[in-house]
Parts: sequence; C-alpha cells; structure tokens
Amino acid sequence: MQKDIDVYQYLRHEKKFPLIWCAGCGNGIVLGSMLRAVDSLKISKDRVAMVSGIGCSGRTSTYVDFNTLHTTHGRALSFATGLKFARPELTTLVVMGDGDGLSIGGNHFIHAARRNIDLTAFIYNNNIYGMTGGQVSPTTPGGKIASTAPMGNIENNFDTIKVAEACGATFVARGTTYDADALDEIIAIGIQHKGFSVIEVLTPCPTIYGRYNRLGSAVDMLKSQLDDTIPLEQAKNMSAEELQGKTLTGIFVNEDKREFCEEYEKLVQRAQKK
Amino acid sequence: MEAKLLMGNEAVAEGALAGGVNFFAGYPITPSNEIGEIMSRRLPGAGGKFIQMEDEIASMGCIIGASISGCKTMTATSGPGFSLMQENLGFAAMTEVPCVVVNVMRGGPSTGMPTLPSQGDIQQARWGTHGDHPIIALCPSTVREVFDLTITSLNFAEQYRTPVVLLMDEVIGHLREKVVLPQVESIEIANRTQPTCPPEWYRPFEDNKSGVPLMASFGDGYRYHITGLTHDEMGFPTTKKDEVTALNHRLHRKIRQAFEDIMLYETFLMEDATAVIVAYGCVMRSAKSAALELRQQGKKVGLIKLTTLWPFPRIALENMPEQVQEIFVPEMNMGQIYREVTRVNQGKLRVRKITKVDGELITPDEIIRGIKREGADSAKRY
Repeated sequence: MQKDIDVYQYLRHEKKFPLIWCAGCGNGIVLGSMLRAVDSLKISKDRVAMVSGIGCSGRTSTYVDFNTLHTTHGRALSFATGLKFARPELTTLVVMGDGDGLSIGGNHFIHAARRNIDLTAFIYNNNIYGMTGGQVSPTTPGGKIASTAPMGNIENNFDTIKVAEACGATFVARGTTYDADALDEIIAIGIQHKGFSVIEVLTPCPTIYGRYNRLGSAVDMLKSQLDDTIPLEQAKNMSAEELQGKTLTGIFVNEDKREFCEEYEKLVQRAQKK
Repeated sequence: MEAKLLMGNEAVAEGALAGGVNFFAGYPITPSNEIGEIMSRRLPGAGGKFIQMEDEIASMGCIIGASISGCKTMTATSGPGFSLMQENLGFAAMTEVPCVVVNVMRGGPSTGMPTLPSQGDIQQARWGTHGDHPIIALCPSTVREVFDLTITSLNFAEQYRTPVVLLMDEVIGHLREKVVLPQVESIEIANRTQPTCPPEWYRPFEDNKSGVPLMASFGDGYRYHITGLTHDEMGFPTTKKDEVTALNHRLHRKIRQAFEDIMLYETFLMEDATAVIVAYGCVMRSAKSAALELRQQGKKVGLIKLTTLWPFPRIALENMPEQVQEIFVPEMNMGQIYREVTRVNQGKLRVRKITKVDGELITPDEIIRGIKREGADSAKRY
C-alpha cells in the first residue's frame, strides 16, 4: 500500500483543524490508516459515508471530506444501517469508541453483526471514557484505575473480538496504532469485505488512562503495544505460557455469509414477480 | 373510488404509501403493530425498504439515516417505544431531518395498559426530548382523516425539514370505518427542496426567507457534515454566541412563521354558542354528539376540533365569538390540552376539564353530564 499519499485531499483543512485530540492520542494514527486504505481502494470521496457516535472517536467524522454524520451516543450503527440500506452503493464506515460501541451501543452492535449488513465498524479501544474524563469502560481491564473505579475495576472486561465473532460478524480483526502498516492492510481488507466488518484498534490514551494507571508517556504506551501484542500467525507457533497476558492481533474471522442489503434486493425481486 | 372498510392503523399504512414513504423501520409494540406489518408486506413490492430494528432507539436512528440518503421515512410505535425514540427525535429536530413518527397512544404511565386507549402522550410529544426544540404534532379523529393526516405529516416533515408526530389514540388506531380514499392523482405531495448549485457553493444549514435550508442527500456529490452538536451554517460544531443564537432562533422561526399553514382546526356550531367544547382525537366524536344533543335540549354548545396539537393552534381559541362564556375540555388524560387552553385563554373565560383515565373512551353522555355539572361516573369534572 502506498504510504505517502496526499492525505490533505481527504481532510477538511479549511475549517476544522487543529484536531481536538490530545497530544499523544492514537486516534490520529487510526484516521491516517483509514485514509490510506480508502485511497488504496480508489473509492471516490462522494461514495464514502462516515457515521460516528459520541466520544473522542466520534469527532473523526468532522475532519474528513466524505459524507459525514455525527450521531448520538451509541447509536451510530442504527443511523448507518438506515443510510446503507437506503443507499447500498455507499461505502459506509462507522466509527465508535469502546464505551460508545460496546456499552451504550451494545444492542445495536450485536444486531448489526447478526444482520450482517455491509458496514465497516471501527472500535477505537482506549480502555476508558476519555472525553468525559476517564470513567471505567466495558474494556477497562480488571484492576485498572478509572475516575469511577478509583480503587481499581472490579468488573470483567469485554474481548471485542469474541463479542463480534459470537454475534455473527463476518469479518473481525484487531490492529494497533503501533503497527500502522498492518492496520492499513486490515482496514483495506475490511472495507472490501461484503458483510459486517468489525475492526478493533488499540489506541492509547496517555492523557487520562495512561496517567491514572502510570503507564508512562505516549511513546511508552505505543511501545508497550509492541510488547503486549502478538500477530496471529506468530502466535500459532507459541505455547499457552508464552501467550499468557498477550493480546492477539490480525484477522480473526473472514467468511462469506448472506448480506442483508443483497438479500433484501432478492426479496424485492421476488415480491415484484408476484 | 370504491368504499373500503379500513382500520385506523391500516389507513396509516395506506396514507404512508400514497404519500410517498419508501423507507420504514420499526419495532413491535401494541397497539401499533398492524402498521409495521402492512409496511413489511407492501413496501418490497413497491420497491421500498422495510426493516425491523432491534429496538425503538434504533428504529428512529435508522429512519434518520435513510432520510439523509434521500428516502421518505416513517416509523410507528406506542407510549414506551415513543419514550425510547425521544433521544433521536431530538437529533432529527436539531439536524432538520424530515421523518414521521406515528404514536398510537395507549394507557400509561409506563407499560400501563397496552391494549386500551388514552391521550396521555400529548405533552410528551411536545416536550419529550430535551432542549428547546420545535415540533409538529397532528391528531386525527376519523379513519379517513388518519389517511389524510398521514400524508399531511409527511408533507410538513419535508416542507419544514422537521420530525412530525402523528398522535393517534388506540380507539382511532383500531376503529374500522367505511372510507372512500381519494384518487391518487388528487393527492398533493411535498418534497424537500434540494440544492442545484455546484457542491462547493452549498452551505447546508444556511438561512433563507423560509428558514428551511436546502437539503442534499448523502451520495449526491454534496459532501457535508451533519451533527447533533450546535452547528454553524456549514454544519460544523460551534459555541460562538452569534451562531448558536442564530441556529436556535431559526429552528423556531421556520415553524412559527408557517403557522397559518400548520395550525389545522375545525369549528362546528360556533355562531351562537355560549359554551364551547374543545376536543381532539376520538373524544371529538363524542363531543360532536354531545353538542348536538345539548342543542336539542336548548343549550347553545359549539365545538372546536383541534387537528394540529403542536404548535398549539392558539388562533382557534383567540377568534372565539363574543357570547361564549365557558370552555369545556374533555380528554383521556389528566388535562394536558386543558393546560394549553387555560394558557391561551389567560383567565378571560371559565375553562373546565372533563377527564377520564380508566382505559375507556369518553362517551357523549359523560360529556353532557360534565357540562351540565351533574357529575359523572368515571369522567370527572373539576
């Protein structure tokens, strides 16, 4: 994939910069990967819709020169379902955070996956509610500190990959902001996949999550992504002990299954023959 | 056209299809189910789209997304579902996305009485979602009117770029009447005004004389931003005082300045009336019988039928004949429109409410007893 693309042409540079994200936030890296993936697929900007929810991740849609819809908290997938169903020709990217997509939006996430509608859903996972000041989220690991878990999180956390897989998503992948090259590839494959694609991106929040949990600087947090994650292919040759405490990255599910909009088109043809 | 035996909920579906609805999203709830069921049968054949969503929050989000891509959209629900829709209903008001929400009102509060009628969601339709938003709500009294007002709701939604609530009570939703539907060619249909300028000139939320900005569909080459955050004319978030004020004022102005078009009401027997009944929905039918009966007994009673409930049609009450002394407001709630009538009346006339919240409709007899101050069985006069 071409790495030195003219990102400028995809941004609303006249109006909406600088970004609101903190220095060291990984969200900008995800955005860069997304734009390189769209560019590599040669999709016209007019044919791309981006729907986002609420939170730090939700602001992504403001900056990009696509058809962009910034919705209510947790509901991005329901708006995106209407948009895609009405105009299946639009490549529809849905941007959510871990709290946005998996907590308040959990029901929509489950059913969009079950329905297998052709959306590419991004979960920016920073393990915390960043925009509201650091409250515990459904992906905050046990024991970690948050503003509403000052003595450590006593709940269990979601594994986004397992949730997505169990709900019927037909493309499920995880990338990191450390390995942006791999993320570019994953996103490009996810966008091309016909069906509901879930791409979880581990993106560090040094300002809030990092400070609460003493994880060091933004650079330290990026580096620890390298130490704490193992690509799927590499993991195949490793023992359970070696994999202890590691997070796997790569493409977990990539399968063909009937897609909602296509099935509806067939239904319309059946109805009109009668 | 031949006469048909139609149920209120069926008339919603017929009106929706005649009025151009090509996208419906919904979630099952009594007593509105027939609407979604009919749409699921009829839309595919007509080339339209139907989807049953995972809940009412999603139904509302879904029709907004579809409307932004250019579809004419509708959902139907009842009390508890209407409560869930409030969040995204506010989003539609803020982002000016045309859509119609049908609420077949059942007994409340909470899950209340799913199969029994009420008119308990009148104020919720006005104020249910947070923030100082404008809204339009219409309320039919006959099955034929259900058909007509469904189309009017769609037209208002498109003309004024606003969500419109069609408030039916369960009586009207499940009432069967002989109806002659109008010829399709005679039905007036309004569509949103789309921009024709080059995309680089398009200012998606720019003010104009009507206060209703031109609306481009996603995918038509006008790439722009829509957000529920307070936004400027280009659609981007803002907290600048002048831009915030301009947006809030325009949202209200676009509805207010069209009040002559939006405020629908009818009057009966008003010329010499000394007492007036103000009624809407199924209660209007009982009120009409009561007025005729009381006239036979020598009491000069008139009737104002409210069709538009929001914005409240104050002109209907402001143009009252001089000899009127009393106003009676029978309704199947604890006095939700009574509040509005007393507000507009400003103490000039005696206003009395006749309310009933036991899950049954108000009979003509109960209204008559209420007016004669004989007290009523379950319809209570205050």
